[in-house]
Amino acid sequence: MTILKKSKGFWLSIVVALIFFGIMQFFIANGMLNPFYINTLMFIGINIMLATSLHLIIGITGQFSIGHAGFLAVGAYASAVMTMKLEFPFIVAVLAGGIFAAVAGMVIGIPSLRLKGDYLAIATLGFGEIVRIILLNIEYVGGASGMQVSHLTTWPWVFACVMITVIVIRNFTNSTHGRACISVREDETAADAMGINTTYYKVAAFVIGAFFAGVAGSLYAHNFYIIQPSNFGFLKSFDILIFVVLGGLGSLSGSVLAAILLTIVTTFLQDYPETRMIIYSLVLILMMIFRPQGLMGTREITALFTHKKTKGDQKDGSHNTVA
Amino acid sequence: MEATIPLLKVDSAGIRFGGLKAVSAVNVELFPGELVGLIGPNGAGKTTFFNLLTGVYVPTEGTITLNGENLKKLPPYKITRKGISRTFQNIRLFSELSVIDNVKVAYHSLAKHTIVGSIFRLPGHFSGESDMDEKALEFLRIFNLDHFKDEKAKNLPYGQQRRLEIARALAANPKLLLLDEPAAGMNPHETEELMNLIAFIRKEFNLTVLLIEHDMSLVMGVCERIYVLDHGQLIAHGKPEEIRNDPKVIEAYLGEEVS
Repeated sequence: MTILKKSKGFWLSIVVALIFFGIMQFFIANGMLNPFYINTLMFIGINIMLATSLHLIIGITGQFSIGHAGFLAVGAYASAVMTMKLEFPFIVAVLAGGIFAAVAGMVIGIPSLRLKGDYLAIATLGFGEIVRIILLNIEYVGGASGMQVSHLTTWPWVFACVMITVIVIRNFTNSTHGRACISVREDETAADAMGINTTYYKVAAFVIGAFFAGVAGSLYAHNFYIIQPSNFGFLKSFDILIFVVLGGLGSLSGSVLAAILLTIVTTFLQDYPETRMIIYSLVLILMMIFRPQGLMGTREITALFTHKKTKGDQKDGSHNTVA
Repeated sequence: MEATIPLLKVDSAGIRFGGLKAVSAVNVELFPGELVGLIGPNGAGKTTFFNLLTGVYVPTEGTITLNGENLKKLPPYKITRKGISRTFQNIRLFSELSVIDNVKVAYHSLAKHTIVGSIFRLPGHFSGESDMDEKALEFLRIFNLDHFKDEKAKNLPYGQQRRLEIARALAANPKLLLLDEPAAGMNPHETEELMNLIAFIRKEFNLTVLLIEHDMSLVMGVCERIYVLDHGQLIAHGKPEEIRNDPKVIEAYLGEEVS
């Protein structure tokens, strides 16, 4: 009974997300949504995947990693090679993007997990740059001029991947394994003393997080016609980091919400190129002054459903929980 | 002591940090079911000794065996799984986790469901989690913390946090429980309650307890044997009344004799 009660918000969110998906799909299929909005929608989805996957590493496991664009790049290039060079179907490419990024996550994870805090941040930043420089120098994938990729990413693909990402990360977090990760974040010495294999869970968080960043990379690559190493610089990593911090460290729905809001803000600020970065920075500064704990703190939107059922029936708001 | 085999045997163990001998040539034997005290002045190496036992530090000399098994070079989490569990001098709870989740973390190593099982919500996940829930609640009841179960650990009053830390250590299913100043910061009433509790869990869970404590009356009152550490070396060991009258201990720990 308690299980049902606890997951009520979860199922409600799923239903709302599916309804949202259906409406959008209807609009897109009937050509009622202009391509600019469709593109924004897909971009929001990809950013949600990036935000939630980094949330698992930073917000849950407490490993301050700022090389997330590196995993995105690995996924993007691996999947692009799969479809463009080796002519595999898209689904294989998406999975390959995830798997290659996960392997990269393990490779970076194991040695750098001896590092803590600032040192880990610098190491992961270095990793992101290394990936970018390597890609820049491989002629096979086009070097600096980038790689042509056909447009295969569609709204159903993005939606399905976002759903899977969020549900997997939620399920992982709400289990003994997620608690093990949180215990590492809270106090690594104590976690160790309680029989938690801290290295294992740190690597696991990196591998799962990197996998979904890689899947996001596959979708990203097949949405933009061309990918270039310069798309995956450290500024991209910081963008993702900002989603997580702004959403509230430790809150899954917070990262989702922040990814949606900030993507919309940046998209619409593109009309004002000269003031764009100023406004964006101001939003961040104000946010940190008035809500230093982030949009959601450490709470989840689903908590609203279980305690106050009447709240949160606004379509967009509740959609945020899962998609 | 008698013919029984020691649960824990520390054979001339020690550790040096560079040129500093923090602990050296310590011999300790703990027998099943004992409640033993470890005392010594500030900086004597008591906590360092605990860190040696739990694998936080690897001893640079000597051996430590639990049930005849050498613990050398095992990482802390494996030592915990072998049966040594501890609390910390400065409370180290998982402060953002709820009270019950703190206990469940300690129970983690006994859980059978895998990461994959949890991600796909296979049946094993649900039975495993509800198992943990029950078990954790049981521990909280023993410690009278069950009505706080959904409270964040950091919101508990100090004394309760200490109790929770012991509950958590116990949930890891130890044979040997190491308590690092469990009564620090407690008032006499709380201390007495705590001591009753320790006596109770020791019987209930068939535990061996090693206790670091500053409160002399407490140590003298409950411990069956006492080891005294000073400047990283054992200077005495024996029954409380022997320790009380040992001139070396009096000099090192209780101060010069006032005749």
